[in-house]
Amino acid sequence: MNTIKPKHQRLVLALVALAALVGAALLAIWGLRSQASYFYVPQELVASPPAPDRAVRLGGMVEQGSLKTEADGVTISFVVGDGKARVPVRFKGIVPSLFVEGSGVVAEGKRAADGTFVADNLLAKHDEKYVPREMQDMTAEQAKQVVAETR
Amino acid sequence: MIAEFGLAALWLAAALAALQLLAGSLALTPRGAGLAAVVRPVAVVQGLLGLVAFVALIVLFCETDLSVKLVAMNSHSAKPFIYKLAGAWGNHEGSMLLWVTVMGLSGGFLALVEKRLPEPTMLATLAGQAFVSLGFYAFLLLSSNPFERLSPVPAEGQGLNPLLQDIGLAFHPPTLYLGYVGLSVAFSFAIGALVTREVGPAFARAMRPWVLGAWIFLTLGITAGSYWAYYELGWGGWWFWDPVENASLMPWLAATALLHSASVLAARNALRAWTIMLGVVAFSMSMVGTFLVRSGILTSVHAFAVDPERGSFILALLAINIGGALTLFGLRAATVTEGERFAPVSREGALVFNNVMLSATLGIVLFGTLYPLAAEAMGAKVSVGPPYFNPMSAIFVAPMLIVLAVGPLLRWRRDTFARVSGSVALPALLAAAAAVGVAFWTQAGLLPMLGLVLAAGLALASLLPLRGRGLRRTPLAVWGMVMAHFGVAVALGGMASDSAFSVEKLVASRVGETTAVGPWQVRLDRIEPVAGQNWTAMEARLFVSYRGGAPIAAFPQSRSFWTPPQQTSESALITRWNGQLYTVLGEQSDDGRWQLRLWWKPFVTLIWFGGVLIALGGLLALLGRVSSDLRRLIAREKIADRRQRQGR
Amino acid sequence: MSEQQKPRPWALWLPLALFGAFVVVVLFGLLRPAEREVASAMIGKPQPQFDLRPAVPDRPGLARADFTAGKPRLLNIFASWCIPCAVEAPQLARLAGQGVQIDGIAIRDRPEDVAAFLARNGNPFARIGADDVSSVQMAIGSSGVPETFVIDGKGIIRYQHIGEIREDQLPLILDKLKEAGL
Repeated sequence: MNTIKPKHQRLVLALVALAALVGAALLAIWGLRSQASYFYVPQELVASPPAPDRAVRLGGMVEQGSLKTEADGVTISFVVGDGKARVPVRFKGIVPSLFVEGSGVVAEGKRAADGTFVADNLLAKHDEKYVPREMQDMTAEQAKQVVAETR
Repeated sequence: MIAEFGLAALWLAAALAALQLLAGSLALTPRGAGLAAVVRPVAVVQGLLGLVAFVALIVLFCETDLSVKLVAMNSHSAKPFIYKLAGAWGNHEGSMLLWVTVMGLSGGFLALVEKRLPEPTMLATLAGQAFVSLGFYAFLLLSSNPFERLSPVPAEGQGLNPLLQDIGLAFHPPTLYLGYVGLSVAFSFAIGALVTREVGPAFARAMRPWVLGAWIFLTLGITAGSYWAYYELGWGGWWFWDPVENASLMPWLAATALLHSASVLAARNALRAWTIMLGVVAFSMSMVGTFLVRSGILTSVHAFAVDPERGSFILALLAINIGGALTLFGLRAATVTEGERFAPVSREGALVFNNVMLSATLGIVLFGTLYPLAAEAMGAKVSVGPPYFNPMSAIFVAPMLIVLAVGPLLRWRRDTFARVSGSVALPALLAAAAAVGVAFWTQAGLLPMLGLVLAAGLALASLLPLRGRGLRRTPLAVWGMVMAHFGVAVALGGMASDSAFSVEKLVASRVGETTAVGPWQVRLDRIEPVAGQNWTAMEARLFVSYRGGAPIAAFPQSRSFWTPPQQTSESALITRWNGQLYTVLGEQSDDGRWQLRLWWKPFVTLIWFGGVLIALGGLLALLGRVSSDLRRLIAREKIADRRQRQGR
Repeated sequence: MSEQQKPRPWALWLPLALFGAFVVVVLFGLLRPAEREVASAMIGKPQPQFDLRPAVPDRPGLARADFTAGKPRLLNIFASWCIPCAVEAPQLARLAGQGVQIDGIAIRDRPEDVAAFLARNGNPFARIGADDVSSVQMAIGSSGVPETFVIDGKGIIRYQHIGEIREDQLPLILDKLKEAGL
């Protein structure tokens, strides 16, 4: 236990600290690669689906006529499209007020094995103070096709 | 008049800060030694002038002087007095003025009372303090003048965001700011010590009260902020790993590490360069936090007034201060002589372990917070949330908590596990029993389970340092440490209990229907529209009863604001000694049922109770340190006095 | 790390290097083009195709074709349920009084509500289209109400004004109209 020569104590301490911090950095990088949730539009989600248990965000337009409330009164399902692909989404919870058919939405959740996107959070607050940053680009770049599709 | 007066005071204060910097630096050279006498008085006057400016701003807000732009933008003559007062710092300019004022006052106070350090170190410290202040003065005077006049004078002010008219929110930011400023003093001390290479116990003792004070405020600020998010956001969570929250957590982690390494330096004259480094890092994290919050560079659930231009200014200050300090560190740290040695198993060793783990946690949080930005630079859009932060930080926090249980029992310099194993046996046994109990009774996840076990063991272990001591003769600082460590166990228990035992129910309920959630029966009695100043709401009256007891009424609301159109949930909480019932009202579905979201959260309140205990522990330690310092000072003066008399 | 042992100066510079990396990342974020304003991307682009039914009986509806008549026009996105929209009504009235052609799109609104809103606040609009699902609003790059677009005689979007038009912003709007060829 006391075999370290006192002379080298500072060096050893520095190395231990450095090792721990480098370890933390490596862990962080690994964790971020596996746990950060990426932003998808429906087209990307369909073309290259993420692993089933991986949390991602899905952004797109809620298709007209696709919104249904199930019998329990708290589960809803709807279709998110971007003009190129359509993804069915299920969500259980209290729906944000600005969430309506034909509006944009960002759903946080996972893609189930059957291709349904199971959302555990919906971001639809849609005044300019509260647009998720991903939505900002989408409205600008993709809104045209999206609207053409959902109309 | 008052506005011009305040502005003049601010300019004067800035000029004095420049003088303080100049005189302080020149006094360190052989030729400028004569200037040394100027520095302390200048620091005091600078602090007072800052105070004058801040008082002027408060007066303007109390009088609702609408010819001042800041008042017109943020106040209203009909506002309650307390919010008029809070309006003075509830905005960017005012809060920055508060920052420089507190910083100036700290510098002045330091100049008045700190006599223990060698004079050159003090001069360098005060010059450092002036340097940092000067940056903020420049920021205020050049880009965010709080005293700007408005012409023509508007008939009425624009008021304060109604969401921010909350008594908690009025005092939350200043609390954090006090913490940040306290760390700026620690930063200046570190700079001063680096310049003169005088890193030793005296330096640590001088710095410690400031770090402790800052740490107390940060702890309180984070605790209050977490509770605010818990009841205000209506999501049932108490920590979201949101950038704004992380921005307040990171300085706290650094300050906690600094606190402990300063203790080692004060008691044992070890960890010299490391303490300096932490002093720089702690203040960097404060500035990084301020920058992240104010620049709006990261999206956050906590909507703040953000402004990229101001962000650039803060970033520039950050780059100058921290870049400069780190350069100085690179140049000088190698010449700071090595401190005393110690064995790996010793109080020092445990504290080093704590420091490394805290720094690693800090790294994890910092990486995760900034990662979306870095990813965006590479063209990917990501968000980082609890799936990353929870396990990653637990990897470092869990071992730290185990060492926390043992560390305070170890002796300085050298010790053996064998000596303390007897004392630790009992808490270890309790933890083991908890582990068996938890594994047997619940299906909690790994992390909550680990949390419960650690909390049980730690709660008992944290009290052990009191064993065998005469309780009345135990120094306040030890009481403080015990209380803070016990608070950690309490808060951890609350967190783990919340995630292990919370019951959630989401239902669509008709009026008159009853829903069970955990031990509660919740009956939706009626729904009524209510209206506020700028919102309308549907309000539910719920009758809730605990295990068939007498019903209590709860009134959650679903509120709609008009400008900007926004809907918020006002949750209603029922608190019992053993937990909280959390109710949220959602929308009405097409068939007339109302969505209700209910949580029963056993012992969730322990989280904030623990936070307060931690802060109280800090306060006790601070009182203990300050009083013993005072006693020492008085004793020294008595000796000097006696000598003088004898000499006569 | 000390002078008696092998000095490892590079380790001492590590914090500074890390800090430098932080500054670089953050600078990128700060200097990112000002896309915070949601829809500047639409400026300089032609309007999307649309054809909206009338929002009130006494004004015609609105279609993309209405904007290619050769003169620049203002397009105001509003709603009866929006309070800032009422605040900007006097400014729109003054613009209309100076001969500016203003068309409106009412967002998610009922005809009777729009009519009541116009009766209360005045009606500066030549045409008003009803956008019941915000589809045109989204397509044109507007994220809230009120917003006002300056559209030139060829139907190209020249300027987007987010939020209500305040009195001191009238010259700005007129300037933008002039730039668009009024």
